Amino acid sequence: MIRLQGIERIFDVGGQQVHALRQIDLDINAGDYISIMGPSGSGKSTLLNIIGLLDRPSAGRYLFEQHDITALSDDEQAQVRRERIGFVFQFFHLVSRLTAAENIELPLILSGMPPSQRRERVAQTLKAYGLGERAHHRPEQLSGGQRQRVAIGRATIIEPGLLLADEPTGNLDRASGHEVVEILEQLNARGITLLVVTHDPELGQRARRRLRMVDGAIVEDTSRST
Amino acid sequence: MNPRDHLQFAFTALRGARLRSGLMLLAMAIGVAAVVVLSALGEGARRYVVGEFSSLGTHLLIVLPGRNETTGGAPPLTSETPRDLTLEDAEALKRSRHVRLVAPINVGSAAVSWGGREREAVIMGATHEIYEVRHFTMAQGRFLPPGDVRHPQPVAVLGAKLKRELFGTQSALGERIRIGDRRFRVIGVLQEQGQSLGMNTDELAIIPVMAAQSLFNVNSLFRILVEAPSRESIEPAQRHVIATLKARHDGEEDVTVITQESVLATFDRILGALTMTVAGIAAISLVVAGVLIMNVMLVAVAQRTVEIGLLKALGAPRPVILRLFLTEAALLSLLGAAIGLAVGQASTALLRQLYPALPFAAPSWAIIAAVLVALGTGLVFGVLPARRAARLDPVQALARR
Ligand SMILES: Nc1ncnc2c1ncn2[C@@H]1O[C@H](COP(=O)(O)OP(=O)(O)O)[C@@H](O)[C@H]1O
Ligand SMILES: [Mg+2]
Repeated sequence: MIRLQGIERIFDVGGQQVHALRQIDLDINAGDYISIMGPSGSGKSTLLNIIGLLDRPSAGRYLFEQHDITALSDDEQAQVRRERIGFVFQFFHLVSRLTAAENIELPLILSGMPPSQRRERVAQTLKAYGLGERAHHRPEQLSGGQRQRVAIGRATIIEPGLLLADEPTGNLDRASGHEVVEILEQLNARGITLLVVTHDPELGQRARRRLRMVDGAIVEDTSRST
Repeated sequence: MNPRDHLQFAFTALRGARLRSGLMLLAMAIGVAAVVVLSALGEGARRYVVGEFSSLGTHLLIVLPGRNETTGGAPPLTSETPRDLTLEDAEALKRSRHVRLVAPINVGSAAVSWGGREREAVIMGATHEIYEVRHFTMAQGRFLPPGDVRHPQPVAVLGAKLKRELFGTQSALGERIRIGDRRFRVIGVLQEQGQSLGMNTDELAIIPVMAAQSLFNVNSLFRILVEAPSRESIEPAQRHVIATLKARHDGEEDVTVITQESVLATFDRILGALTMTVAGIAAISLVVAGVLIMNVMLVAVAQRTVEIGLLKALGAPRPVILRLFLTEAALLSLLGAAIGLAVGQASTALLRQLYPALPFAAPSWAIIAAVLVALGTGLVFGVLPARRAARLDPVQALARR
């Protein structure tokens, strides 16, 4: 599904070059469940952002579903994100003035789906994530776990092939963190390709394939056969 | 993203920042209301003046003695003493197909008395032609009869107010009054007409022009009013009048001919320009409102950085983000303009109530211009913030909390 070849990412900070990613080669198959771990500042988020087309590599080749993606314009990349990629963030990033249902509906609105079809999909998604009662609540009226479930609903309502989660439990207590992980794993079990960046070793161990990053490079790549 | 969702998203975003949106609406509304009210004032003044002149009569030329270099101005200050206008001059003017009516007039003031009551009044010496030229109507009796101008009957026509003051509710017709040291018989009373070009016809007494000349002991006329048969005839009539009088005055061009049209056009121009100017000054406040919109939108973009980053992560392309923010600016401008229009029109209506004599009304060009300028500044000043939003780097935007 994804092939990275010699990916580099260099930031220019006040004339000084920060090598966030060095020579990353990585193949990801459809349906994989991958965790990325490593110390803070090792380039995990940068790698996830490049895979998610939010950022462009300074060098290297990126094939997404057999297409060379780095050649696409920003707006073409936006279309790939809109149709194929879902994001879950540590800080949820819900739009505070919109209700849970409206937040979940956003990707469908952006895709131009007619309102009648959207309503059905949103209702289903809310139900699937146990948010049926919370449809008309605003983010500030929801618990952290509920907020992250809204965010996951928003990321998956378009049925993307790839779900990227950057420390999805980093801001949650243990119990709600667990809930969220289970939801993500259920999604993976139904075929979605899942990449999770995490600090939590226990969580990281659950993935079938585990990457370990240090200083911008992948230093460990272990797979567990189920 | 379909247009309805687009509008709704922009609308909820504005509603999400009530205070900010409210202030911008207020600024826009004040600007538009100012344009509407000020242009209504200017237009009211213009219409009032034009209306006053129009009541004088159409296709009218006013001939006055003395040369005036600028047409349409005040009576001239001459270096040489000009020749007087005479009744013979007036009669000579009739001989042109571009002249329909010639009405010589004389003006003076004298005491008017009847049965013990006496009033100082403006006396106008005229012929029966003035009736048509000035569009008089009679309340009672008849106007000065046509006939031998040089040997007039001692008759008088009274303005409505003068008649009331002398006779009260009694009939004045057939009564003999005294004007100065002469006696006149009242043959008619004018319909109430009010002020017209600084002369209140309600307070006039009108007597035959020759009678006025002997009453005031003069041989000259105050003015000659000439009416052309049509609009096209005004110019030839003016040339005819000047040529005729020049020939009669030993080749010297010592009269001034004011056409009603030229006076009207001058006032129209001056007051029109005045209206444009005040409306333009008011429009500056719209631009100020535009700058305000820009600043507030910039703040909004800064505050909603994460939201913008999120929209980008969800796959919103740059044009969509750009349009969302432009739509917010346009909505604010249009809503502000609508409120301003309502307030402006309401204030104009109130002004009309307070001053019924003045026809206050914002001209449609001012209304259209105000709305367009409001929308235009909203969009122009909305572009910068919207572009800033569209260009945000999603990674950095989302890195903020
Ligand atoms: N926008 C940026 N500008 C400059 N340096 C950056 C930027 N983003 C990340 N970096 C740097 O790149 C390195 C990797 O960062 P990141 O991928 O966020 O690490 P992690 O997610 O593993 O904590 C760090 O040294 C960080 O300071
Ligand atoms: Mg990180």
